[in-house]
Amino acid sequence: MNHRRRKGRWFRSNVGAMILGVLSEATVILAYTLRRTAILLVSLLIAATVLFVLLRLLPGDPANALLGVGATQEQIAAARAQVGSDQPLSVQFVSFLGNIARLDLGTSFVSRAPVLAEIGNRMAVTLPLTLIGFALALLFAIPLGIIAAVRSDRWYGAAISVVSQLGIAIPVFWVGILLVWVFAINLRWLPSGGFPLRGWSSWQEAATGMVLPALTIGLVMGASLLRYVRAATLDVLGSDFLRTARALGSSFPEALFRHGIRNGAVPVVSILGIELASTFLGAVVIERVFSLPGLGSMLLLAIQQRDYPNVQGVLFVSTLLVLLIGFAADIAQRLIDPRLRGRVQP
Amino acid sequence: MTAAAETQAVERRQHSLTLYAGAVLVGIHVVIALLTLVWLPYDPSAMAGGRLEPPSWLHWVGTDRLGRDLFTQLMIGSRIALMVGVGAVAIGAVIGVTLGLLAAFASRWLDDALAATLDILIAFPTLLIAMLVVAASDTASLSTAIVALGIALSAIVARLTRILAKRVLLMDYITAARTSGTSWLGIVLIHVLPNIWPTLSVNFALQFGLAVIAEASLSYLGLGAPPPNASWGRLLQEAQGTVYTAPIGAIAPGVALVSLVIGMNLLADGLREAIDPTRQAR
Repeated sequence: MNHRRRKGRWFRSNVGAMILGVLSEATVILAYTLRRTAILLVSLLIAATVLFVLLRLLPGDPANALLGVGATQEQIAAARAQVGSDQPLSVQFVSFLGNIARLDLGTSFVSRAPVLAEIGNRMAVTLPLTLIGFALALLFAIPLGIIAAVRSDRWYGAAISVVSQLGIAIPVFWVGILLVWVFAINLRWLPSGGFPLRGWSSWQEAATGMVLPALTIGLVMGASLLRYVRAATLDVLGSDFLRTARALGSSFPEALFRHGIRNGAVPVVSILGIELASTFLGAVVIERVFSLPGLGSMLLLAIQQRDYPNVQGVLFVSTLLVLLIGFAADIAQRLIDPRLRGRVQP
Repeated sequence: MTAAAETQAVERRQHSLTLYAGAVLVGIHVVIALLTLVWLPYDPSAMAGGRLEPPSWLHWVGTDRLGRDLFTQLMIGSRIALMVGVGAVAIGAVIGVTLGLLAAFASRWLDDALAATLDILIAFPTLLIAMLVVAASDTASLSTAIVALGIALSAIVARLTRILAKRVLLMDYITAARTSGTSWLGIVLIHVLPNIWPTLSVNFALQFGLAVIAEASLSYLGLGAPPPNASWGRLLQEAQGTVYTAPIGAIAPGVALVSLVIGMNLLADGLREAIDPTRQAR
């Protein structure tokens, strides 16, 4: 109580407390990040194991994919030695882990090209497609979701909700087909699909080829996100803290933006990670609709051709990306909501 | 007072409207699905008319490029979609809720392990798991797809259950229940499940839609159940090439699919608002 009398001491001790507070917050976040990193690494190890087991569960010897029908005994033995499937499983597993740790994903059975290089080429299509599509989705979802919740009593709030209901019920490839039908076949504004052979060096062609696929992703993902944004906003609108803030004299927009966004963002961020991941993986279907040479079509082709190194490589890289996205979403949630930093003790 | 009562009455009417609209949409599909078991307008794999015929009284949505009746195939599609949705969600719910609650209640170590495993399962999403399973089993069948989809959905359900349950477990009434000696199971049954159930059940309806859509995607990619199981996805894939000459073939299966998924979502929304007292009070 002494410090209350002397302003200087009060000030100093308060600053000290603040610094301590910030430091302990930072320590908590840092500790969580470290722990989450350890989980990420373990997850990667488990994912690699799952991948190994899954691919070895596939019927037939991977070496068969190298050979035509009616190969001789010697050819089979040679192919097995080349692929490594003549080794015991434990040896195969260790060398598989070693290769993955060095990011050596092997070479394709079919094209004999290094898998990682091929994935890199394909990423030049899939990554921009995913990111542009996701950015469009956020652009649609956040403002419209908040409007739909705040103005749920007006016709346009209800209309947004109804349209978003429609949006999440539509398979992404059907939206693609419909957009092609309208914009490529009837209106002839945009190409119905395909990607320039020279890739982004003929960037205008590449960019116009991206418009319809990205719009497809943006519409479907946006509608699905909008529902979460709307639900989170509705929860906030019915909350006690918002009522208290209003009772203490905040205006409605002030209360919503000061207290609402942070509270409402927590469930949305956890969904965002999953949605971004599924956008990335949903590209498999989108690429098929618009015949884009991305990661998805690489995987589809590899599965059809039984091109094991390519299947394995694509799955590993996608898993890695998805795990990284989940990692980022978890940290972001902790940064937004301090309550989550403490844990439930059973 | 009267105005408030009036708003409440209007809201209740809207809720029941949602519920009825959903029930009608889903009901139509259920009736059609049951009907396919005993009667079909045409043999689904036989040529019933000319190629790519436009809609007529004989063929309500025309014929496909092999002259097969499209409406017959749409009807079979309803049956397949319902089987996929119900089967996958049931599998996903049982595994998912159990795992999620386990994680929420578990010690930190077990929780981390489960959360990491869930992350991995989510990292192999619905469609990829199903693609792999189908590619692996030379005989692609509907039940492999359903099991694969169910397992994939369970990860999403578990993750959601875990997050929701943890938020409930932070509440003061849980502490009160614990100190007054309520058992683990009691807390789950009395406090956790009723609190998270509305959100979960809405999520199940979404999962139903996801499963139906994922199966359609699988069929669209050419990895679905083989003919004569006319999944809507395969119909769409076949019709995409002829969308210029016969757009109805590329539209009708999509409309059928969307009507089922929307019906399910409306049904869930209506039920949630009927069940959840906190939403009624607002």
